[in-house]
Amino acid sequence: MTAIDTAAAATRNGDGPVQSAAQEPRTSSGGARGGPLVSALAREVRKRIPVADLDNRDPDYIRESLPRAWLLSSLWFRGEVRGLGNIPESGPVLLVGNHSGGNLTPDTIVFTLAFSTYFGVERAFYQLAHNLVMSAPGLGFLRKYGTVAASRENANRALDAGAALLVYPGGDHEVHRPTWDGNRIDFGGRKGFIRQALDRDVPIVPVVSIGGQETALFLSRGGGLAKLLGLDRALRLKVLPISLALPWGINVGDFLGHIPLPAKITIETLPPIHLRQEFGDDPDVDEIFDHITRLMQDTLEALAAERRFPVIG
Amino acid sequence: MRVVEKVEVSAPPEVVWAYVADPSRYLHFMSGITRWEVVSDEPAGLGARYRMLMRVGSAEVGGLIEIVEYDELRDLAWSSVTGLDQRGRWRLRERPAGRTHVELRLAYGVAGAGLAGWLSERIAAPTVQGHLRRSLHQLKRLVEHEQLRRLAAQRREQRTRVA
Repeated sequence: MTAIDTAAAATRNGDGPVQSAAQEPRTSSGGARGGPLVSALAREVRKRIPVADLDNRDPDYIRESLPRAWLLSSLWFRGEVRGLGNIPESGPVLLVGNHSGGNLTPDTIVFTLAFSTYFGVERAFYQLAHNLVMSAPGLGFLRKYGTVAASRENANRALDAGAALLVYPGGDHEVHRPTWDGNRIDFGGRKGFIRQALDRDVPIVPVVSIGGQETALFLSRGGGLAKLLGLDRALRLKVLPISLALPWGINVGDFLGHIPLPAKITIETLPPIHLRQEFGDDPDVDEIFDHITRLMQDTLEALAAERRFPVIG
Repeated sequence: MRVVEKVEVSAPPEVVWAYVADPSRYLHFMSGITRWEVVSDEPAGLGARYRMLMRVGSAEVGGLIEIVEYDELRDLAWSSVTGLDQRGRWRLRERPAGRTHVELRLAYGVAGAGLAGWLSERIAAPTVQGHLRRSLHQLKRLVEHEQLRRLAAQRREQRTRVA
């Protein structure tokens, strides 16, 4: 299960409603600045985004593929996941993570494995992913893991079904941040996940990971380049990352992925936050956002302080 | 994959059995176990169910298990209901001079996982075996310590009676 570049769960535009890419394809001429190639690519992506069907999740498939994930997680990333007991034993919950590692996101692999073995594959667990991930050829198997396109509708469906839902509000913005910002929580101001949790009255469990941004040397998000080519409007892609990664050397876009360096991945799951209990019946979204990001930043800094060397951990 | 560990304990089977048949004591001596919860109405005996997890590599693996064989003072076997496929057994056999031979067996795997399953079972084996070995050593230490205290209490009682 690679390349889950999970985007904001209903968090695409800070306060505004989130468009369902799967159900409300944009009809604008997005990508005009990037030329016909980008427009054609955008059309192709929109065509390929599967309609979210929670039933695509296949517990038997997940179970049988766990040994593969275990080998990768244990031997290559030396994964360590702490505090899974903080996740409520049952019922819907919004797992909010910081996202790292480019298009090959080791934190998702390590966490999905840990969650599935801890709670069992029988517990419904979904992840929201960027449209490009959902439409990429060869990644159809992600649907069997419970990965669905990031949209408010899909998130609601999963939570209404009583599932645990993993979202990365930082999405493409955070996952491609430069390596020297690796120990920074950067959701890009996306707060939709809080509205989602309030709307469905589900607890938020922050999931903080470290190490992903050491799997390559991430140089720049390439936000300006993405804008210039019109990728932001056409593909909801706000970045065109530039990194130094195996086996390509200079890697622009990371569309074909890369071979990640074997950086140690450590993940800490924090106690659940019951928003209305802690912030009142009419909570302030900005206050909650500041609280959650500060909490996650403190945890990330504590995890960073444990590391003695980059990659080695 | 099947792993086995054995140990000789200087205590009779009933003292050892009191530990292996009591789920509330497992977290005290089982190495690598991060969770051991009773989930059935009956906390012990045939049909009792537990939710257990053992840390192996980057994951806590295990699941729901059920006691499928309960031959008092001799055998206690369990089998998985959900999670990792596993079948385990405590095998106690009486030895002369009030000693007990204790064997802990665990067969585990993931059916249908193919080559990755085969490989991961073998790579995990030293860790699992280490957990079993340490568990038996901790069990031996606990049981023998209790046996010593029990014998000392008996001697005290005898002395008091003579006096």
